[in-house]
Amino acid sequence: MKVPRSPSDEPVDPGAAPAGHPPGAGSPGSPGAARGERFAVVGAVAAGGALGATARYAASLLWPTPDGGFPWTTLWVNGAGCAVIGVFMVIVTDVWAAPPLVRPFFGTGVLGGFTTFSTYATDVQQLADGGRPLRALAYLAGTLLVALAAVWSAAWLTRRIVAGRREGAR
Amino acid sequence: MNWLLVVLGAAVGAPLRHLTDRAVRGRHDSAFPWGTFTVNVSGSFVLGLLTGAAVHGAASESLRLLLGTGLCGALTTYSTFSYETLRLAETGARFLAAANVVASVVAGLGAVLVGTTLADAIWA
Repeated sequence: MKVPRSPSDEPVDPGAAPAGHPPGAGSPGSPGAARGERFAVVGAVAAGGALGATARYAASLLWPTPDGGFPWTTLWVNGAGCAVIGVFMVIVTDVWAAPPLVRPFFGTGVLGGFTTFSTYATDVQQLADGGRPLRALAYLAGTLLVALAAVWSAAWLTRRIVAGRREGAR
Repeated sequence: MNWLLVVLGAAVGAPLRHLTDRAVRGRHDSAFPWGTFTVNVSGSFVLGLLTGAAVHGAASESLRLLLGTGLCGALTTYSTFSYETLRLAETGARFLAAANVVASVVAGLGAVLVGTTLADAIWA
């Protein structure tokens, strides 16, 4: 027996969860249709995640980090992913009524798969454990700084551009 | 072959993050991004365990690509982590934003440490 899911199944926060579409958009649909839709979202996340992780793997092959070296590649991968999500989220919330699968595919999938927290944390620990505590600390703080500055400035800049274009269109 | 391992791992890791996030959101009505926190900490634990296992020769390169680069890499996320932090700060929840950064980093590092220590205990 399939238990009908509660309405709280719908993502609450516009943040990370790929809100498929605003509540009320489209027909309520049958439970079967809702399940099909959820399945499509999971598939989109999987496909996007595979694509993003492949790009991260490609970057690690192109710019390998030597043992004990500063993990620049992971730092820039994470920084770039944060900048892109800053642009993307402003566009899909303020500008573009994106089709339902765009956000799960690109935001949750591609960018989530491209960036990584586990490699970041493990590299910090490995550097510290390998007798490079200063490098570990610099990497720990540097990534945070780059990532937060990237998402903030990218979102700010995108909002400015959007506002400027609206101003110009009047 | 290596690419395929990364793709396979990520095709499981990314939906696992999505589903975990939804499950956690469904249970905790909180502004704090517990979903992302949960996947980042658990992924860090698994990668710590895997890295520790590799040190003792108990994890092959293929397994590291499948579970490390693919699964853990896609299960965890830096982009959503920083975007959620930004949203908290922008909506006035500055304390939660700072708490998210500190808690994620401390818990993530702690999870790696537990993972590598456990690997030492098992495979050393």
